[in-house]
Amino acid sequence: MGDHHHGPAKGLTRWLFTTNHKDIGTMYLWFSFAMFILGGSFAMIIRAELFQPGMQLVEPAFFNQMTTLHGLVMVFGAIMPSFVGLANWMIPMMIGAPDMALPRMNNWSFWILPPAFLLLASTLFVEGGAPAFGWTFYAPLSTTYAPPSVTFFIFSVHVLGLSSIMGSINIIATVMNMRAPGMTYMKMPLFVWTWLITAFLLVAVMPVLAGAVTMMLMDIHFGTSFFSAAGGGDPVLFQHIFWFFGHPEVYIIILPAFGVVSQIIPTFSRKPLFGYDSMVYATASIAFLSFIVWAHHMYTVGMPVAGELFFMYATMLIAVPTGVKVFNWISTMWRGALTFETPMLFCMGFLVLFTIGGFTGLMLSIAPADFQYHDSYFVVAHFHYVMVAGAVFSMTAAVYYWLPKWCGRMYNESMGKTHFWISFIGFNLAFFPQHFVGLAGMPRRIPDYALQFADFNMMSSIGAFIYGASQIMFLYNVIATIVSGKPTSDEKTWEGAEGLEWTIATPAPYHTFETPPAVR
Amino acid sequence: MYFEAKRLLKLALGFVLTVMSVASAGVLAAGDKMNELNMSPGVTALGQDIFDLHMLILWICVIIGLLVFGVMFYSIYYHRKSRGVTPATFHESTKVEIAWTVIPFFILIGMAVPATSTLLEIYDTDDAELDILITGYQWKWKYEYLGDTGENVSFFSNLRTPQSEIYNSADKGQNYLLEVDEPVVIPVNTKVRFLITANDVIHSWWVPELAVKRDAIPGFINETWTLATEEGIYRGQCAELCGKDHGFMPIVVNVVSQEEYNEWLGAKQSEAAEIKELMAQNFTLDQLMERGKGVYERSCLACHGAGGEGGLGTAIAGSAVATGELGGHLEIGINGVPGSAMQAFGGQMNDVDMAAVITYQRNAFGNNMGDMVQPIDVFNHKKG
Repeated sequence: MGDHHHGPAKGLTRWLFTTNHKDIGTMYLWFSFAMFILGGSFAMIIRAELFQPGMQLVEPAFFNQMTTLHGLVMVFGAIMPSFVGLANWMIPMMIGAPDMALPRMNNWSFWILPPAFLLLASTLFVEGGAPAFGWTFYAPLSTTYAPPSVTFFIFSVHVLGLSSIMGSINIIATVMNMRAPGMTYMKMPLFVWTWLITAFLLVAVMPVLAGAVTMMLMDIHFGTSFFSAAGGGDPVLFQHIFWFFGHPEVYIIILPAFGVVSQIIPTFSRKPLFGYDSMVYATASIAFLSFIVWAHHMYTVGMPVAGELFFMYATMLIAVPTGVKVFNWISTMWRGALTFETPMLFCMGFLVLFTIGGFTGLMLSIAPADFQYHDSYFVVAHFHYVMVAGAVFSMTAAVYYWLPKWCGRMYNESMGKTHFWISFIGFNLAFFPQHFVGLAGMPRRIPDYALQFADFNMMSSIGAFIYGASQIMFLYNVIATIVSGKPTSDEKTWEGAEGLEWTIATPAPYHTFETPPAVR
Repeated sequence: MYFEAKRLLKLALGFVLTVMSVASAGVLAAGDKMNELNMSPGVTALGQDIFDLHMLILWICVIIGLLVFGVMFYSIYYHRKSRGVTPATFHESTKVEIAWTVIPFFILIGMAVPATSTLLEIYDTDDAELDILITGYQWKWKYEYLGDTGENVSFFSNLRTPQSEIYNSADKGQNYLLEVDEPVVIPVNTKVRFLITANDVIHSWWVPELAVKRDAIPGFINETWTLATEEGIYRGQCAELCGKDHGFMPIVVNVVSQEEYNEWLGAKQSEAAEIKELMAQNFTLDQLMERGKGVYERSCLACHGAGGEGGLGTAIAGSAVATGELGGHLEIGINGVPGSAMQAFGGQMNDVDMAAVITYQRNAFGNNMGDMVQPIDVFNHKKG
């Protein structure tokens, strides 16, 4: 055999047949960015239509397709794959493993994603249009009353689920079996911990989602009545099943983001993470609680009052471990020696805005008040504070943080900072006013609105355009770095960085840790 | 360390107080504009309770937020590397960790107590004096008054905003998208129970000022209630995505005095009785044309145009349907065209109006078919 230190294959086959965790991670990251742009352009159409009262650009039916696809593409196409890409790149490097445990499956879990989204996006061009029932696809709007493209949607969700489950099994197998000697569980970087817990969540709930869409398929094509009262079924059953998947899903999205922030804040505070153990326990508690709070999305469906009370109390409890995390991050900064490079700025943005999203989450958990908040723009504001300022901001921070390690070139710092400030301002301008219109009575998912909501909606649209445009600057900065950034070969890009990934050469060689490192 | 902590506490408190006073000044200055920024306490005791709960949690969150952000910004300012600080090395403290696990837990209990009592109040639908069955349709609401006093009163409530305002060819009125052809009327100071269901997909009946939101689920009946203490017109919208025109099915509730309500109900009942009588009658072409013109203007004009020239809908003047076989025309009027914007009007329009409007369409706009439809024909067509 001879020399094992071979580089990547050449040409297209490198990417098609690769089993290298770094290549696969790179493909996941680029794919998710492409989806982020696609989902973002749907959002731009939504905000353009909502710029003024009245119908200007699109028809209501198309508007509903946009809200639906925006949600689906962002959740399943942009955020989830981006963190899987990050896991692929970083987990082996963080635990001192040469690669993922199941490299061929790794290749497959990526390569089934693009066809799945092609299938989903193709529905825009079929008769009857794309799915228009919201990303939550409540029956019977998504069954009896759905456009024919719903079948494509169902198969697409099946394939996405398959991909996620395989990716998760791979992460679990890697973390459990491939840690370097001496890397005990309680020494693992927090990003690895949060992903391990996330992977368990995914394996637990993705099959539930698959079950829900399979039942839809049966109702639509094979004459069953799971979700139709006329045949003895129950439309509310759909919501219970969906949210049993859907609530853990939001933690699937946010836990890896917590992990990223827990890596970056100590680096730029030049001080170890405060309360490592309690961070691990808090993550596990959040994961556990995520299974017993699903019906807080359904306070208005007419559950018995005992059920409402149970779900309200359980939901309120989530504030405790989440609070612990926020307090720990701030204590990490306390009496550190802080600097504010772009990754740290995005983490600060995360900390402030995610906390605001957490507060509105606590407000929403209060069942009686939720009778007024539910399905209003207040909810839209809430989940964009946690999804965008939570997950997307931390993902952006991660890219700036590890990009020099990945490609051996430094990004443009002042452009990165500008990107942060424009994003931060645009984001808040887009989503803060949505709290107001929601409280004042504007329902979500409407293509047109009453006149008293006009000012805030215009503001919101302008903010959304600014936020959207700032991502082009991000794309430019990343490409410019890869192509012609200032070369760097420092093993540690950042002065305060700790962890195995900072002990290897920069740029990270194609194969790392072929012999396991010693972990003290 | 001790002095630093004390200084920090002072700083954080000062910050909280400043921001709170600025915020409350802002709220006072906003005055009337308040309901564009915040939840409305509405006109019910329950709504007031929900509003108070909302404000309580909001202020708790604001105070905690200011403390947390205060500490964070203190750190961001004073613990910068550029100030020449050396980083500390501490990374755990069991005491502190226990404190910030236990204290929030007690704050949560403080929130849960009022929340529980308000929730129990929402669920108390006993002793209602009036029952109204609300059914969500794609994309309108149907109201039926149940019980001894309200028999026979049932009607649909449609968006009244014309297409011209929605598509920007006319100026938008003050109640743009929040106006209906027939509002639901309830008496003031009376506990009204709403029984809510749906005919097709899930809808949600939401009137913020009455503090009512409940999903309308096909095949199931939910119940909720309100007790309005002030007369007035209260507006709301469907809150659950229900398809294409989800944004165009508003709710208008007129809360009136008991006398006015009785008068309205009486008029509605005699109207219903009158329709019943008319159903058995035969009309002349002129009578049908006159009635049909009014029905056309209410129900058809928005899509088919004032002169039957079409618009969002197909043209009626000279159309194959209106100048074709009568049964086919009735079929479309009663059952609509599935998959298009043409709704099934059979369930929303009484047989007299249906007969009149079909007759009108066949004889107006130069169609001059000369035939006519009687209520009994509509009745028979519906029976198959």
